[in-house]
Amino acid sequence: MAAEPARAGWYRFADAVGRVTVAAVAQIGYACALFFESLYWLFAGPRRRQPVSLSATALEMMKIGVQAIPITAILSLSVGIMIAIQGIYTLRDFGAEARVVDAIAMSITREFGALITAFLVAGRSGSAITAQLGSMRISQEIDALQVMGINPVRYLVAPLLIAMLVMLPCLTVLADVMGILGGGLFCGYELNMDMQSYIQRSLDVLNANDITQGLLKSAVFAVLITLVGVINGFAVTGGASGVGKATTHSVVASISAIIIADMIFTFFLNR
Amino acid sequence: MPAPSSPVAPVIEVRDLVTHYGTRRILHGINLTVQPGEIMVIMGSSGSGKTTLLNHMLGLSRPSSGQILLLGRDIGALSGSELNDLRRQIGVTFQGGALFSSMTVGENVQLPLREHTQLDDNTIQIMTRMKLEIVNLAGFEHFMPSELSGGMAKRAAVARAIAMDPKLLFFDEPSAGLDPVVSAGLDELILRLRRAMNITIVVVTHELQSAFKIADRITMLDHGRVVMTGTVDAVRAAKDEHMQHLFNRLLEDVPVDADEYLQRLTENID
Repeated sequence: MAAEPARAGWYRFADAVGRVTVAAVAQIGYACALFFESLYWLFAGPRRRQPVSLSATALEMMKIGVQAIPITAILSLSVGIMIAIQGIYTLRDFGAEARVVDAIAMSITREFGALITAFLVAGRSGSAITAQLGSMRISQEIDALQVMGINPVRYLVAPLLIAMLVMLPCLTVLADVMGILGGGLFCGYELNMDMQSYIQRSLDVLNANDITQGLLKSAVFAVLITLVGVINGFAVTGGASGVGKATTHSVVASISAIIIADMIFTFFLNR
Repeated sequence: MPAPSSPVAPVIEVRDLVTHYGTRRILHGINLTVQPGEIMVIMGSSGSGKTTLLNHMLGLSRPSSGQILLLGRDIGALSGSELNDLRRQIGVTFQGGALFSSMTVGENVQLPLREHTQLDDNTIQIMTRMKLEIVNLAGFEHFMPSELSGGMAKRAAVARAIAMDPKLLFFDEPSAGLDPVVSAGLDELILRLRRAMNITIVVVTHELQSAFKIADRITMLDHGRVVMTGTVDAVRAAKDEHMQHLFNRLLEDVPVDADEYLQRLTENID
């Protein structure tokens, strides 16, 4: 390094910032390329006699969606109860406990249903995607696909993306229902509200926009979880410990991406 | 595509291949031709660049400069779908087998047939069993790859590689991790494949005995350069120092400088 010593620190800092930025932009670009390549195979695959496998997609749907039903139901029920408890506690000061129903219905459908489901799926399936693709990478299974003339994006990524895009909104609907139900259970216990009037009140305050907002976000989360999982899996180096590191990183990165995307979308959807 | 000048066009032609890993130059202008029906063994110690050369011949990495022609087609100039079509005529057996661990042995062998052909299920089943017979794994189609021994997994990988009746077959370190008896069995299999199907075969290995047994010609690589290409007898007779070292499995003598050695040991220690 021939730079003047006084500026060496700055140079190094700028150098590091530059490298991180370039790497981040490259990753985002790669993610977009993967997304569009998957869509390309979905639509152009049949014409090139290389369709995205329906059975692989169904299998992924089972793993990502159907098998996550019990845990999604339990967690969203708990979140519903939790919001009811907090809501009643905060609204009591204003003597407006009954308005808790509005709070539960709105916050579950607009925010928590999609968010809880996305966290859950990121933890369950995002990590599994990374681990699976990562171990396939280190055992050269992905190279093997490629040299067989089987495009890994078509064969591995497209089914995942489709399954995720279908199942995450479905799970979100389930989470919405279970969350509102959980809130109702606690309201019935604490405020002696009967279930029928609770549900009626919930349906009165909710409009279509509340539901679609949550579902739209869940579709975005589905893409994020898949792409983050896939990119981390494909990039694995360094054997079994590399797979472990990539899996951890994948979960942290997808949850961060979910929260940030959520904030951005909420901002724009509520303008 | 210019007409081939020789009566028999080579199956593989590597022209002035230069590759980099980051900024480090790995291959320094490799030239190589493989004739139809030939078994070419690419030899070299670790770090010689033989794995890099293989990855380039498989089209898994992009060279810095130079050309690779497989079956007469420049793989650097092909579109994605053309390359995929070309790859149907090529089989590869990776070092660890690279069987898909979530599928049975049978499903592994069937995969290329299912993806690339419109054959009905019964035909695919029969072809799968035929390929498994060839590699002496009849009856193992319902086993998972994790239930196979190292040698069996490699033979299953061979069955998958020949599923589409390729014209060209690559082997990456066929004897790696195998005991001498099993490894000799695999060499026999390679020779049998060539006899039975008249495939052109390229084997990358550092095992001398296996190379001498199966090769028609051997290409010796060292530090990213071709040291020599020749028949087994010619290579055996070669007087080149590097090759003699490799033959005798000797470590290259690195002169030890006592001061430098002490310096390395005591560096950064107060």
